[in-house]
Amino acid sequence: MEEKIEKHTIAVLVDNEPGVLARVIGLFSGRGYNIESLTVAEVDGGAHLSRITLVTSGTRQIVEQIKAQLSRLVPVHKVRDLTDNGPRVERELALIKVAGTGEKRIEALRLADIYKAEVVDATLTSFIFELTGATEHVDEFIALMSQLGMVETSRTGVLAMAKGPVGF
Amino acid sequence: MPEQKLTGAQIIIKALKDQGVDVIFGYPGGAVLPIYDALFQQNDLRHILVRHEQAAVHAAEGYARSTGKVGCVLVTSGPGATNAVTGLLDALCDSIPIVCLSGQVPTHLIGNDAFQEADTTGITRPCTKHNYLVKDVNNLARTLHEAFYVAKTGRPGPVVVDLPKDVQFAEGTYVPPIEVKHKTYRPQVKPDMARIEEAVELIASAKRPIFYTGGGVVNSGTMASKLLTQFVKMTGFPITSTLMGLGAFPASDPQWLGMLGMHGTYEANLAMYNCDVMINIGARFDDRVTGKISAFAPNSKKIHVDIDPSSINKNVVVDIPVIGDCAHVLEDMIRIWKARQKRPDPAALKEWWTEIKGWQARNCLNYNHTETVIKPQYALERLRDALKGKDFYITTEVGQHQMWAAQFMPFDQPNRWMTSGGLGTMGYGLPAAIGCQIAHPDSIVVDISGEASFLMNMQEIGTAVQFRAPVKIFILNNQYMGMVRQWQELLHGSRYSQSYSEALPDFVKLAEAWGCAGLRATTVAEVDAVIEKMLSINDRPVIVDIAVDPKENCFPMIPGGKAHNEILLGPADNPSNATPEDGMVLV
Ligand SMILES: Cc1cc2nc3c(=O)[nH]c(=O)nc-3n(C[C@H](O)[C@H](O)[C@H](O)COP(=O)(O)OP(=O)(O)OC[C@H]3O[C@@H](n4cnc5c(N)ncnc54)[C@H](O)[C@@H]3O)c2cc1C
Ligand SMILES: Cc1ncc(C[n+]2csc(CCOP(=O)(O)OP(=O)(O)O)c2C)c(N)n1
Ligand SMILES: [Mg+2]
Repeated sequence: MEEKIEKHTIAVLVDNEPGVLARVIGLFSGRGYNIESLTVAEVDGGAHLSRITLVTSGTRQIVEQIKAQLSRLVPVHKVRDLTDNGPRVERELALIKVAGTGEKRIEALRLADIYKAEVVDATLTSFIFELTGATEHVDEFIALMSQLGMVETSRTGVLAMAKGPVGF
Repeated sequence: MPEQKLTGAQIIIKALKDQGVDVIFGYPGGAVLPIYDALFQQNDLRHILVRHEQAAVHAAEGYARSTGKVGCVLVTSGPGATNAVTGLLDALCDSIPIVCLSGQVPTHLIGNDAFQEADTTGITRPCTKHNYLVKDVNNLARTLHEAFYVAKTGRPGPVVVDLPKDVQFAEGTYVPPIEVKHKTYRPQVKPDMARIEEAVELIASAKRPIFYTGGGVVNSGTMASKLLTQFVKMTGFPITSTLMGLGAFPASDPQWLGMLGMHGTYEANLAMYNCDVMINIGARFDDRVTGKISAFAPNSKKIHVDIDPSSINKNVVVDIPVIGDCAHVLEDMIRIWKARQKRPDPAALKEWWTEIKGWQARNCLNYNHTETVIKPQYALERLRDALKGKDFYITTEVGQHQMWAAQFMPFDQPNRWMTSGGLGTMGYGLPAAIGCQIAHPDSIVVDISGEASFLMNMQEIGTAVQFRAPVKIFILNNQYMGMVRQWQELLHGSRYSQSYSEALPDFVKLAEAWGCAGLRATTVAEVDAVIEKMLSINDRPVIVDIAVDPKENCFPMIPGGKAHNEILLGPADNPSNATPEDGMVLV
């Protein structure tokens, strides 16, 4: 019986203390779980809380294990599987540097307009585009730019939040 | 009254005392000198000086497991901390509550590759339940109290508190232990009643039930063992246990089937294979127990009681998970069982017991006794009989002798049996015996040992002599790493690669060199006298060298990757096709 591999976006609220990220990452590497992306930043300075958003994949049983193992870490406040909890918003931010002149440069700018990417740096021979959107949107834009002189990309990985009035 | 200022080292001593610590196992060094100085200036806390930091942790484990308290360890920075790592992981694997204090270089030198610096929190992160680096003396007392709380609550485990030397010197304020209400860490102790009700209904409907219990019952405390015994007696069901759970239910009771798993009894394993309802209380479906997962109790509904949600559905998917502490869960189950006036199905149960008695009649622990060579099983039977009715504790090393000890030593109470199950650490037994003896100075403490394992921490004889811990080291000397030899025989064409114990010391002379008693039995006739002599010596440690059959194998055995019903009962069961191809890779 082949078990289906599912992709899950999980939000984790943690105490922002030294070593907490190492605990989370060590858990994934030590137990052989996948991390497709992971982002972290403090979200409540006063309470020293950080929010980690991670995207992982595995069978249902593995995903449940991942959540149980995360919840077991002492500095973890809450774990929420956003994939399992109704509709959500997922966003990524990307910076994409494209170098070139002439027709390619014009085409890049035209596509940027269509994809609602903003120019945040320009020289006579290059642009840096800033793009926010769902992962697929960013992927598509990057695929196009790679044919138009893309020299560098930087992405945040996924940030996510459940829709509706209820907080984390 | 003005706030009293204490040094970090004084705060540490005070916090340990307030946490009820009376013994600490440790080894000094530069980075913990202020703590050793504070220890020197008081008399309440007893320090047991080990000979190697690994042993400090094992000794603390023996102390903890035999008392139900938290074991406490003190080691220096760098090599002191790294030496402790094996012990910490051992305690993590077996859920033993330990607080280990480690010295660290002063805060301003951290990260500079200073002398004896190690990234102790980094190294021990995957080997502990939690760890801390204390950089501010004013957080010290609170952190220490929290460390004890984390170590002993929920699923117990080892906690490291790393203590830079400048923090030990600095002055700060002490806070007493208040009821810790941790911001995030709140293990669920009380079960969900709906689950309890479902579980009770399933238990009452069972035709071929079995209790499969584990170390979690021992972790939960003596009350859990009492309630378990009560519930098992009420139902009349058969019960088996893992290696870690031995003693939680009395082995002298007729409902007891012996240990299950790789070297468990025929009846326990077949009852597991054929059961229709499995009631797992505080066991974690370890691979040594389940064998081939796809053929594990294939026709059963499973209840799993565990305090750690990550244990649920980790290896085996269960029907009714109950998250909570064993004692609380058992109390609720008994209450609901009584309130609903539940009775097991007497006809079905009778039939089930008839079947089980048939398996029991195979007498799976039988061995070929001879008058010419001492069988290890025989030596343990004689030891068992000599200890009958006495107040004793058993520790073991790791190997065949450990499995024979589990099979042949009966325990009627919890906390009497200490062994390294999850990590399987050779060298565990002697220091654990010392820790246990320190906690129970008037009891008999025997380390059932193998000659190879004994060599792994034998320096601890020095500790036992110094602190007058008259532990008995009962070496079943087969001149082999017997467990390795057995696997090589079964799986690797009897090519005994590096598993022969060469250049062994004369254990009797070794004992004498330390001022201990040394005894030896080389013939069957000598065994009883040696055991009697061993038990009569109470003023110093005793090393007993029992020359046993070098070729004896430990049966029953479920080879790696096989199911419970494919259990081998003895050498006559064809060992050549013992393990399937895909089982070879399993350990
Ligand atoms: C050479 C060798 C051979 C072995 N062969 C066997 C064998 O044949 N049979 C065998 O059984 N073992 C064997 N073992 C041991 C095996 O490796 C495991 O250590 C053992 O089976 C685990 O026991 P356990 O399931 O009781 O879990 P433990 O490791 O004792 O874990 C306890 C479980 O209970 C839970 N728990 C803790 N506290 C509580 C509480 N208060 N309330 C509720 N739940 C709680 C924990 O979360 C955990 O899931 C062998 C080991 C060695 C070294
Ligand atoms: C520290 C450590 N190293 C290696 C092993 C692998 N191992 C398991 S049992 C064993 C042999 C033990 O020999 P002995 O102590 O003589 O016991 P016996 O099996 O002969 O009873 C070995 C090497 C282990 N469990 N622990
Ligand atoms: Mg041996």
